[in-house]
Amino acid sequence: MTIHAIIDVFPVLMKGINITITVFLLSAIFGYLFAIIAGLCRLSHNLVVRGITSFYVEIFRGTSLIVQLFWLYYAIPMLFNVGIDNRLMAGVLAISLNYGAYMSEIVRGSILAVDKGQTEASIALNLSPFQRMRMVIFPQALRMMLPELGNYLIQMLKATSLVSLIGMTDILYHGNILRSTDLSAAPTVYLLLLLFYFIMALPLILLTRKGEQISKKGVAR
Amino acid sequence: MNINWKWDMFFDAFPFILKGIGVTIGLTFACFLFALIFGFVWVLLRRIPIKPINWFITWIMEFIRSTPPLIQLFFIYYAWPMVPGVGASLSSFESAVLGLGIHFSTYIGEVYRSGIEGVEKGQWEASTALNFSTGQKWLKIILPQAIPPTIPMLGNYLIIMFKEVPLASTIGVVGILALADTYGTEHFRMLESYTIVAIIFLALSYPSAILINKLEKKMNRRFDKKAAIQD
Amino acid sequence: MVEAINKINRSDMKYQTTKPIVEYKNVQKSYGDVEVLKGLNLSIYPGEKVALIGPSGSGKTTIIRMLMTLEQPTAGEIIFDGKNLWHMERKGKLVPANEKHLRELRGDIGMVFQHFNLFPHMTILQNCMTAPIQVQKEDKESARKRSIEMLEKVGLGDKLDSYPNQLSGGQKQRVAMARALVMRPKIMLFDEVTSALDPELVGEVLEVIRDIAEEGDMAMVLVTHEMDFALDVADRVIFLDNGVIAEQGSPKEVLEESNNERLQQFLHRFRN
Repeated sequence: MTIHAIIDVFPVLMKGINITITVFLLSAIFGYLFAIIAGLCRLSHNLVVRGITSFYVEIFRGTSLIVQLFWLYYAIPMLFNVGIDNRLMAGVLAISLNYGAYMSEIVRGSILAVDKGQTEASIALNLSPFQRMRMVIFPQALRMMLPELGNYLIQMLKATSLVSLIGMTDILYHGNILRSTDLSAAPTVYLLLLLFYFIMALPLILLTRKGEQISKKGVAR
Repeated sequence: MNINWKWDMFFDAFPFILKGIGVTIGLTFACFLFALIFGFVWVLLRRIPIKPINWFITWIMEFIRSTPPLIQLFFIYYAWPMVPGVGASLSSFESAVLGLGIHFSTYIGEVYRSGIEGVEKGQWEASTALNFSTGQKWLKIILPQAIPPTIPMLGNYLIIMFKEVPLASTIGVVGILALADTYGTEHFRMLESYTIVAIIFLALSYPSAILINKLEKKMNRRFDKKAAIQD
Repeated sequence: MVEAINKINRSDMKYQTTKPIVEYKNVQKSYGDVEVLKGLNLSIYPGEKVALIGPSGSGKTTIIRMLMTLEQPTAGEIIFDGKNLWHMERKGKLVPANEKHLRELRGDIGMVFQHFNLFPHMTILQNCMTAPIQVQKEDKESARKRSIEMLEKVGLGDKLDSYPNQLSGGQKQRVAMARALVMRPKIMLFDEVTSALDPELVGEVLEVIRDIAEEGDMAMVLVTHEMDFALDVADRVIFLDNGVIAEQGSPKEVLEESNNERLQQFLHRFRN
């Protein structure tokens, strides 16, 4: 593993950085979206809404992300006889549905953990159910969720490496191609890839620590 | 829209794929055992009272934890043999045990740490007052109290690792996912194959999760009671 | 019995000329098998100050929580301002109230809680301004102005931008009162508002309640353990025991002249 090799390998891997970051950002956005929707739905009074959401959460928490990814990419098109060949959609959907399911539990738990007195005070002030959630309960629950949601951000980043398995040309994909043509480059390739991921994770790690500090303030438990 | 589901393929594929369950479960427990042992190593390393070393170990753990296990697997399987001097060729199974084991040992190490930190300060002081040796302190007083509360958390990690194990199919470990790949490509029936894998995972992990949950509640009650008596 | 009724009439004299603002009609409340209220009949008149006293578990807090719509009666009716609180009419039939109906009525009811229940993520001023703006659709400037006035009135004009966790218990409770008052309720409910406070902070909170009471036109129901305060501020004191009204009348009648044995026991515990 020489400097020369690193200079050779680095630009090749960089070709995939766009895909990796795109998949990560989209997965994070949709993951949080699914988490909040599912978390709220699991608290709904409507039995059907609650049932369907629980089903979704248990299915996605009960199976592997890699299986879900393959299922969405290979099986769904077969099930409906449609030839969608959208890798980005399959990749983002798999990651966001999977982590959305895990994070919905955190959303639900945090909302339930907000002191009941907060709901009572907002009823006494005649806020509507929606206003209660939006202005009083959710902002406090969000503070409680921050550290955990931050941790899951790192998990989602790690998960983006899986999309190379359905043929997306992310950084790992380019690395694997390089390795298959020249096995002696393997140490450089994978070490660089790990460093890439670590550098991307660093701001998230620091963000999560910040979130921990914020979450300690401004919540009634 | 036509639904293209073939039950005959489903029943044909099921026994074929199920043959991989032994490898999948075996690998899970092998990884778990490795992580359980290596987790202790992290705990010990982090207790070295030299600042730079402590800092270094903390960041190594952070590095392992925040980078993808898939790439770590590739590194061990493809790159490790190429590393001059220390490198050695490992089988797919060994690579998977090492890769996933080390990855999750960083999490398990944190679990142990939380357990140890959960033991009251007074217990340390009492065992010092009774003049126990360091080894006795750990083995007789601290660990027996620190480990039991972490059992549900460890159980959760067992389930999480079970769900990560199919990653090993990418380096050639022939568990249920790899067999599903094989069957799916040969018969061009990805749908039934992957659905079977999902069903097997769900059938094993869902009841386990419920079991762990129950265990957790039971433990909480037990330790709450203990705390109440101490008050 | 007749004597008791006379007593009630005497103490209500000041208010009975008007229609009651709240009427409890045979209201019952149970939690599972536990019967907390066994058929409560009670009228409260506009501007009247009522103190509810009684041992814990006697149902006094439940009475005001049902009026605040935090808990639903098991049976019976609560009439607030001439309208049925927990039921509404639909196609000529009485059906359980929906959220819309409850929101129409509870706009005129305010409550202060034992544990303050301030919103920790909002400043003191935001705590007061939010509901007038969001619920009463008051414009921002006027809500702000009134909130500041109200906070000044409870002696916290210098804390507008503080967060609740920067305040003492007594200050928090005064904010909670300002927050409820800004809504201009017709009736205000106080749920053991001094019980969670350190003894030296009780005085400042009672002082504010006394000021509010002296302004007059708002009805007040106080669940309290402060007997001397009840004697001083209330027009009527109600002693609850085992889910029924065991004694009621003017503060002097109840706290000094009654010979109800349970009441004597109860008061004895507080007088020492």
